[in-house]
Amino acid sequence: MVVRKSSRRKSVPASYTDSAKKQPKKKEEVKEEEEEEEETASSSEGEEESSSEEEEEDKKDVKVQKKGTKDEDSGSDDSGSDKEESGSEKEDDDEEDESESEEEDAKGFTDDNAKWLKPKKKQDEKKKQLLSSDDEEDDDDELIGSDDDDEDSDDELLEVERQAALLDTEMEAEKEEAEEEMRRTISQQTSIYHLPTVEELEEADADRVVPPTELKSRIDDILEVLADFKSRREEGRSRSEYVAQLSSDMSELFGYLPELVEYFLSMFGPSETLEFLEASDKPRPLVVRVNTLKARRKDLASSLMKRGVSLDPLAPWSKVGLKIYESPVPIGATPEYLAGHYMLQSAASMCPVMALAPKPNERVLDMSSAPGGKTSYICQLMRNTGVVLANDLKAERQKATVANLHRLGVRNAVTCCKDGRKLAPSVKNSFDRVLLDAPCSGLGVISRDPSVKVQRTIGDVNRCAHLQKELLLAAIDALNHKKAKSGGGCMVYSTCSVAVAENEEVVNYALSKRDIKIVDAGLDFGKPGFTRYQHKRFHPSLALTRRFYPHVHNMDGFYVAKIQKLSNKIPGNDEKAKGEEEEMESNDAGDEDEVDAMEEETSKDDNDTKVEAKKNIDNKYVPPFPKGKKKKRPADDTDDKPTKKPKDKYKSVPPKQEQQVKKKKTNAKVTKPRRKKLNAEQT
Amino acid sequence: MRPLTEEETKTLFTKLVEYMGRNVERLINREDERHCFRLVKDRVYYVSEKVMKASTTISRDDLLHVGTCLGKFTKTGKFRLHITALEYLSQYCKYKVWLKPSAEMSFLYGNHITKSGMARITESTPQYAGVIVYNAHDVPLGFGVAAQSTDKCRELEPMGNVVLHRADVGEYLRGVEDDMF
Repeated sequence: MVVRKSSRRKSVPASYTDSAKKQPKKKEEVKEEEEEEEETASSSEGEEESSSEEEEEDKKDVKVQKKGTKDEDSGSDDSGSDKEESGSEKEDDDEEDESESEEEDAKGFTDDNAKWLKPKKKQDEKKKQLLSSDDEEDDDDELIGSDDDDEDSDDELLEVERQAALLDTEMEAEKEEAEEEMRRTISQQTSIYHLPTVEELEEADADRVVPPTELKSRIDDILEVLADFKSRREEGRSRSEYVAQLSSDMSELFGYLPELVEYFLSMFGPSETLEFLEASDKPRPLVVRVNTLKARRKDLASSLMKRGVSLDPLAPWSKVGLKIYESPVPIGATPEYLAGHYMLQSAASMCPVMALAPKPNERVLDMSSAPGGKTSYICQLMRNTGVVLANDLKAERQKATVANLHRLGVRNAVTCCKDGRKLAPSVKNSFDRVLLDAPCSGLGVISRDPSVKVQRTIGDVNRCAHLQKELLLAAIDALNHKKAKSGGGCMVYSTCSVAVAENEEVVNYALSKRDIKIVDAGLDFGKPGFTRYQHKRFHPSLALTRRFYPHVHNMDGFYVAKIQKLSNKIPGNDEKAKGEEEEMESNDAGDEDEVDAMEEETSKDDNDTKVEAKKNIDNKYVPPFPKGKKKKRPADDTDDKPTKKPKDKYKSVPPKQEQQVKKKKTNAKVTKPRRKKLNAEQT
Repeated sequence: MRPLTEEETKTLFTKLVEYMGRNVERLINREDERHCFRLVKDRVYYVSEKVMKASTTISRDDLLHVGTCLGKFTKTGKFRLHITALEYLSQYCKYKVWLKPSAEMSFLYGNHITKSGMARITESTPQYAGVIVYNAHDVPLGFGVAAQSTDKCRELEPMGNVVLHRADVGEYLRGVEDDMF
């Protein structure tokens, strides 16, 4: 700004306007120019003027007016002095009063004063122009044109024109700079990101601690490349190199074991992994569950608000949840808490019990119940009727369950401390519902316990998976399948982990080991479970299970699967079933509703029924198909003696059309083994 | 798990009568489900028969609790009521004390109730009767023993104890006895 004003002050020699389009107008130059001006007072400005006068004047006017406003802002202090000084540097011999006074104002400084004196002439110029325009015509051009004539005679530019020319050059300079910048940024955006190779990284000091900002920017760059790999990749670099670098950067930035990050990358895509890792660093909101045995949500909310707690109902899908934003008092120690009006429980932990949906006067088993949040929710839903058996392996934690159950006023609970895998003999076939919230690696609740990042290995995950499989089989054995008509005979398997090894794989394993069926859990707000992972293929009904993620649902990472027990038979163990298979097939109405199927089966079978003969008798693992489908094959309906079906697993006969009702509920892409013809009904 | 012996039953009911008086028989003769008392390792549990039957399959070593724990027998044979019995006590008790909000926290920390902290007391409470302590919103906070009868309470100086603390819900957090649960 100052530069411009100073430039305005001086007269611009022709050489200057011609050549120095890009020169920044510094004060030193101003001084020089002032000197020059004096020397070249009668330069060939007139020549220039005539050629580009009109243009310059147009611009000049615009600029002058613009600068006039600027002047007013900043030059008001100097205006007086400007006007006072006059004649020290007069370039123009303009006869017109306007220009003279303007020039005087402009030139009214010595070199020393040039620095700080700012001309106010623009204002006057503007006013004079306006005034004169009123007098003569509205076109400033013509006004100035008349000036020009005089100038021509004087062989100098008008002050105005001079400044307009200056402004022109400045504008052009700016324009060019802007264009250059644009070109630069475009080239930056379109330039290929160079992924540092391992050698380069090692060269650059392997011991250097890379600052997190650099890691983050590299992660973002790699993600950008991976988003459109084809066009943004560097030549000769493979995708796995990018992914490997991404994985190591993310594990360093967030503080995870590298194998965990690779595991997440294999489950989520690259950008989703970043979201997951970032979300796992932030805490989830504090959530509370109202104990409907002792209080109502409205009353509790009002009494908590009286204590200064700010809260909201949790979500549309929960009638008992409250989300706590802020609390001046410790939420775990209010008199209401001590009186048993509510329980601290995360939103994700409410989901398995909602999926289980226990009814009053049922027998329910909670196999891994400490510290009792889910158990008390079950009892609350049953209104203190029926019987709930709460089991956990560790006595210390189970004492907390006892305390919580008492505090919340639960009367129908029995607590024991046994290994869940060994519950079986005493409780076989005796429970209407079972909840197994299996002990897991905790990869979904990293926000609660950051030590998981470095303590859990893939080996831990696999160990947990082994234990979970055993527990799940024991849980299924504890179910009483005959209660299916009333909705019983079902269990819920849940974990607080996002690992496929602990979730889908375990359930898939159980599908092959017991006569069960996956049922819709009723939790529409979760993501469907995977039906395939890397090279593994799971049963398509696994799409009915639900996954919850911290970065999507703002809940802990969770997995919920609802399983219906069909019979007590263990596949591959029993030969009796051939005769029964016929019954089952003829009974089956061919729809996918498992309850109906169950009813038909149970009505026929009093004893343990064998699993469908479709299961491989050779005990090989066969991805089992929904049982209904097999039954519908027309050829089998009338068979007296069912043929062995082990080789039929990849049958190419399409199942009947009726079964696809339930699939609409899920968005999961259902995969089929390759050899089976894809059916029209597959989504 | 075994039923209570005669003596144990007598001791138990003597204690309960202090709080509930004649209403004790309501514990025994219930309209809905039949409930019973069972003893597991010195602790007395009040549990419905259905739940009790379900728990018979579990061995003594593994069983932690059934239904509601009322209290435990000490080594010398006396019966001590626990805070876990509050639910039933508050249902059937005869004498009640209401606390002022200012004294609520003090009681929850395990202190006795002074006259200055007491808002109300039921009429004709005999001395040393069992009383249930409520807060201003009628939420039961615990129980204790009346140090003075109601009449004497009126003449008491402000810092005198009116209720001697026996149990309060703060114990769920404090875990006064490690083997409470």
